[in-house]
Amino acid sequence: MSFIKTLTNSEQGLFKPDSLTPMQKLALRFVVVGLIYYGVVVIEGMLMRLFEVNQGLALGVSPEQFFAIMTAHPLVGIFGSTYSIVFGAFLFLVPFLMKKPLWSIKLGNWNLWLITIGTFVFWFAGFVSHYSPLYTLYWPLPADFSQFSVLGGTFFIVGIALVMVGTAFFVINIYKTITYTPEGWGKQPKGALIKSALGLTGLTNLFSKKKKEHLVSLPVAAIARGTVDTAFNAVVILFAGVLILIYMVAELFGVSLKHSAIDALLYKNIFWWGLDLIADGLVLIFVAGTWYLLATLITGKKLFMENWARAALFVEMIVSWTVWSHHLMSDQAQPGILKILSGEMVTAFELITQGLAFFITLATLWSARPLKMNPPLKFLLGGLLGFALAVPAGIMQADLGLNRILHNTQWIVGPHVHVAILIGLTMTLYSAIYFLFPILTNGAKLYSNKLASFHFWAHLLGGIGMGAFMGMAGLRGMLRRSIYLNGEFNIYMILAAISGSFLLLAFLAFFYNIVMSVGLKGVLGIFMPAKLKTTELLPTEK
Amino acid sequence: MIDSNIVLTGQTVAYTFYVLAIMALMGWFSYKVTRNGSGKVVKPALFYSFVGFLVVIGVSLHIVTHETIPWKSMDLNRAEIKADKEFHITMQNHKYLLPVPKLTITKNEKVRFIVESKDLTYGFGLFPVMLMIYFGSLIVRLFIPFDRLNIRDLKESI
Repeated sequence: MSFIKTLTNSEQGLFKPDSLTPMQKLALRFVVVGLIYYGVVVIEGMLMRLFEVNQGLALGVSPEQFFAIMTAHPLVGIFGSTYSIVFGAFLFLVPFLMKKPLWSIKLGNWNLWLITIGTFVFWFAGFVSHYSPLYTLYWPLPADFSQFSVLGGTFFIVGIALVMVGTAFFVINIYKTITYTPEGWGKQPKGALIKSALGLTGLTNLFSKKKKEHLVSLPVAAIARGTVDTAFNAVVILFAGVLILIYMVAELFGVSLKHSAIDALLYKNIFWWGLDLIADGLVLIFVAGTWYLLATLITGKKLFMENWARAALFVEMIVSWTVWSHHLMSDQAQPGILKILSGEMVTAFELITQGLAFFITLATLWSARPLKMNPPLKFLLGGLLGFALAVPAGIMQADLGLNRILHNTQWIVGPHVHVAILIGLTMTLYSAIYFLFPILTNGAKLYSNKLASFHFWAHLLGGIGMGAFMGMAGLRGMLRRSIYLNGEFNIYMILAAISGSFLLLAFLAFFYNIVMSVGLKGVLGIFMPAKLKTTELLPTEK
Repeated sequence: MIDSNIVLTGQTVAYTFYVLAIMALMGWFSYKVTRNGSGKVVKPALFYSFVGFLVVIGVSLHIVTHETIPWKSMDLNRAEIKADKEFHITMQNHKYLLPVPKLTITKNEKVRFIVESKDLTYGFGLFPVMLMIYFGSLIVRLFIPFDRLNIRDLKESI
């Protein structure tokens, strides 16, 4: 086929959007939106990297815009990209693994559009108005109207709120799908399903001679467990958003509310309790569940130490709810007992729970040797390496002594945050995308395996390199949210920018590969209403 | 006495060594997993040993730093420490308001910095030790060991 034909009609014309079920379309729409927002994040990240080297290189980005990009960048990455891909995959996988239809496809579509529109609204508000209270929103920065536009801030917070409402729809859909009784089925045991999904059955099985049967598979249990944190996180972020909105609306009506009405330390505790449900809760749990699923699908073998894996999911729930204080170790007013118990000790448990998931996944893969090194396996191993690098970095900075010299430096966002997200999380998601691609597209063929290989190596080296050079700058004192005008850390910033360009190239290669695989008509077709009227996940074979 | 330079060097060496080791392990695993195996599954004893190893590492890190990094135990016990000198510093409009232009500290003196923000949440530190200061919250009492003659920069962040 010619280049133009492939670009228009997909590789060998194999992708036919009319053959997709509404569920396949829903999942693919989420993935497309997630990848587009990932592209936005990569481009913005690259602009910031260039700005850190030399302001003149960053295509006219002003300092105000730099901080606005910095504020929106992680939020677009988490909500616009990661949430979209994860929600799309899980709304497909939960019914797929439970062999029953999704509770509501309509709610799934509402979920998709709320996240898509909400992300655009807060990104655009930040872009236009330069609203930039940084991503941590420390009080009273988000309500400091001497620096920021009230109107811009209002739209920004409304956008975040839309994303959170979409998130609530995801939570409802997942739990209803696990527990509801489809038409024509015998009544489903709701209580027992919930216990199994939360990991309680796995925990009791560890100490009981009479082992109970697991009503939901392990990946579904992981999704259900992570979804609990997703729900709490949405509540806390909405709470913070409403609080900020009250100040904004009052300001719009000419009334300036006093900032001192809010205790900044209490606010930060509540905010981080909620935000850490993403960083240390659902991400780790969702990722562990995805590793287990991919390991069993790739090998066709039973998971190694399954009861331990299930019990670890339950323990992780306790950990993720009590771990937030490691973000407040340099806060002098924070009680010392919280710094030690929550900040140091509970955080150390993450080394154990994530270490268990790492070991169990590797042991499962090992049991099925020899395996073919295809894109899903390659990216899965990359994802495992990412967390093996980033989690110990996090444990180190969650030490009261070390935190004092690492706090607020490039170390935090380099070897910990970016390596965890870009290598650990994103490579795991890529593994799932490569694995699910033929299932979701009814057998479409990947355009080029060489491009997939380039995608892997450029992403791996770029992500680790960028994290490493940011970390080196951080160890020499470079702060994470400061502009250095005299090129103090230029050597590291240049190397980080070169690494960042590898990430950009990796994404472009992947995007091109996917577009050529499904064709431009195919991409548009994904967003057209489904012609098949069925609640089944996959088309019935004739 | 252990200072921040020694801690930073130790951390850099330890983490670099770990990074190289884990990358080598994953490289080896990636190669071996594509080769024919003996059909043996991993023994549970290895799994339990690994869990025990993680517990030991996770806990011992904090014990070791508590016993070796001087500002850690000082911070936890700062209520009982009697200061030889105090400096009152105010932060407002992204600027430090120092009591005197140059803060002079005699070697081995215990100094308390009382720092207060009048508007936003700031970071405050005598590099490389960083802290967070809040508008409207309790003033900060900070001890930093000054065991040698040195000039330090004040840094500000948000």
